[in-house]
Amino acid sequence: MEPILKGRGLVKRYGKVTALDHCDFDLMPGEILAVIGDNGAGKSSLIKAVSGAVIPDEGEVFLEGKKIHFTSPIQAREAGIETVYQTLAMSPALSIADNMFMGRELRKPGFMGKWLRQLDRAEMERLARDKLTELGLMTIQNINQAVETLSGGQRQGVAVARAAAFGSKVIILDEPTAALGVKESRKVLELIQDVKSRGIPIILISHNMPHVFEVADRIHVHRLGKRLCVINPKDYTMSDAVAFMTGAKEAPAQTEAA
Amino acid sequence: MSSADTTNDGVAKFEQPNRGFLGTVQHLLHVNPALVPLIVLVASIVVFGLLLGSKFFSPFALTLILQQVQIVGIVAAAQSLVILTAGIDLSVGAIAVISSVVMGQFTFRYGLPVEVSIACGLLFGTAIGALNGWLIAAMKLPPFIVTLGMWQIVLAANFLYSSNETIRSQDIAENAAMLQFLGAKFNIGGAVFTVGVLFMVLLVLVLAYVLRHTAWGRHVYAVGDDAEAAELSGVNVKGTIISVYAVAGLICAFAGWALIGRIGSVSPTSGQLLNIESITAVVIGGISLFGGRGSILGTFFGALIVGVFTLGLRLMGADAQWTYLLIGVLIIAAVAVDQWIRKVAA
Repeated sequence: MEPILKGRGLVKRYGKVTALDHCDFDLMPGEILAVIGDNGAGKSSLIKAVSGAVIPDEGEVFLEGKKIHFTSPIQAREAGIETVYQTLAMSPALSIADNMFMGRELRKPGFMGKWLRQLDRAEMERLARDKLTELGLMTIQNINQAVETLSGGQRQGVAVARAAAFGSKVIILDEPTAALGVKESRKVLELIQDVKSRGIPIILISHNMPHVFEVADRIHVHRLGKRLCVINPKDYTMSDAVAFMTGAKEAPAQTEAA
Repeated sequence: MSSADTTNDGVAKFEQPNRGFLGTVQHLLHVNPALVPLIVLVASIVVFGLLLGSKFFSPFALTLILQQVQIVGIVAAAQSLVILTAGIDLSVGAIAVISSVVMGQFTFRYGLPVEVSIACGLLFGTAIGALNGWLIAAMKLPPFIVTLGMWQIVLAANFLYSSNETIRSQDIAENAAMLQFLGAKFNIGGAVFTVGVLFMVLLVLVLAYVLRHTAWGRHVYAVGDDAEAAELSGVNVKGTIISVYAVAGLICAFAGWALIGRIGSVSPTSGQLLNIESITAVVIGGISLFGGRGSILGTFFGALIVGVFTLGLRLMGADAQWTYLLIGVLIIAAVAVDQWIRKVAA
């Protein structure tokens, strides 16, 4: 099977620091791929390199077999790769609907939209509500409430819903459960499963081993700027994974997995 | 709007939390940021009306307030846009004055048709604003510094270019009456309006529409709220900021035109306090200096509050310093309320 998103020989240097050292990366269609690694291993650089947030110094990125060259996250987004950043990238004072359509607003048809540039609020609100309902985020009280009045989990939910609404090919989630409590984490994990069941592949960056082992189909272990190995969570334990990523244990031989 | 009511079919459930009285007030203000200045405005009109009777509570006196605040009101509308992006524009007054000087000098020194001169003045103001925006968005300089510098540059250029000469009111009325167009008065049953007042009201309404109902307006809020988040969501932050300062420059140029109408002459020394007065109106109007919160209607009410206090206290025969003292109190109170509103939780 051809990977939907593929990186080959990616290199990124910041001055004397090599964040990515000829790193490979594969995301298969329909899977949840977790990316784990110690702090400073280069996880973020890897994800930024495939999502257009940084431009790699060397190496190639392929989306559905076609070579791509993103110079900004906006381009990646237009190609169908949505990223949910750890900071969520939402405007706290604006409403849920405003945030979901930020940067890709819908205008009213006809004179009002064409000449007076009027936004089609009713339609945006309807779509936003549909999307949230679809993903089971029914506890959201009001689509017009400001994002800052939501709880952490709800905010994460809205951000994921936004990505799911527009991300046609790949969704990247950066530490989606890091700031959440137990109950809210559970909600978000369910949400991730839900998105996956729609056939959209997900890249999940996380430090939380129980969460990774719960939802991931494969785990990409990142160490010293490159892919150390890819493991199946069914074949290894959490302490194995931690041992691989910290270098306490030799990685399994098969570097080219599934 | 109607689709907001589809909630009763159980698609998305409302659970109205019990907030208590203070909480309800806080929530209401959070949703309608222009409510505080509106209440203050109505209350101050009522109080002065009770104290002064028909001397204050007459169509003439009330519309006099509108005339007195028109310049500040127009400039404050420009200032609102800038402050909503979490910026500040200290050069608004200078832009207004130099635009009026350009309009006057182009007509009288170079003999250009007055319509062309006015267009040149408007363009000039827009260009200075765009330059401000470019320095801030592209060169990443702090708005305070850029506009502080621009204020001095533009004001000095204004004095150098005009040789500090005033163009007299009679000359303008005889040769280029169009320059005083925004000062033209018309009477409706004792209430006196000027074209400038009408322009201010229309400007506020148009900006309120643009900010609420267009993508550009939403982007202005998003950029002021969290520029990085806006950028990641796909907003053209740089373009938004440059356009905001350019539009602010254009509006200030219109204020310069209105200034000619108000004082009759073209004077390079006029409008010196416009920057501080506009910021005052914006703050009293409940727009957050940290950006992203507030509404242009609030600014309009803020400007009117200042006008009501100024006229009311003058009619009462109070020392003018009382006005400044009370305005000072209002500024601090407005920011305190802003901080309180920001504390809303889920």
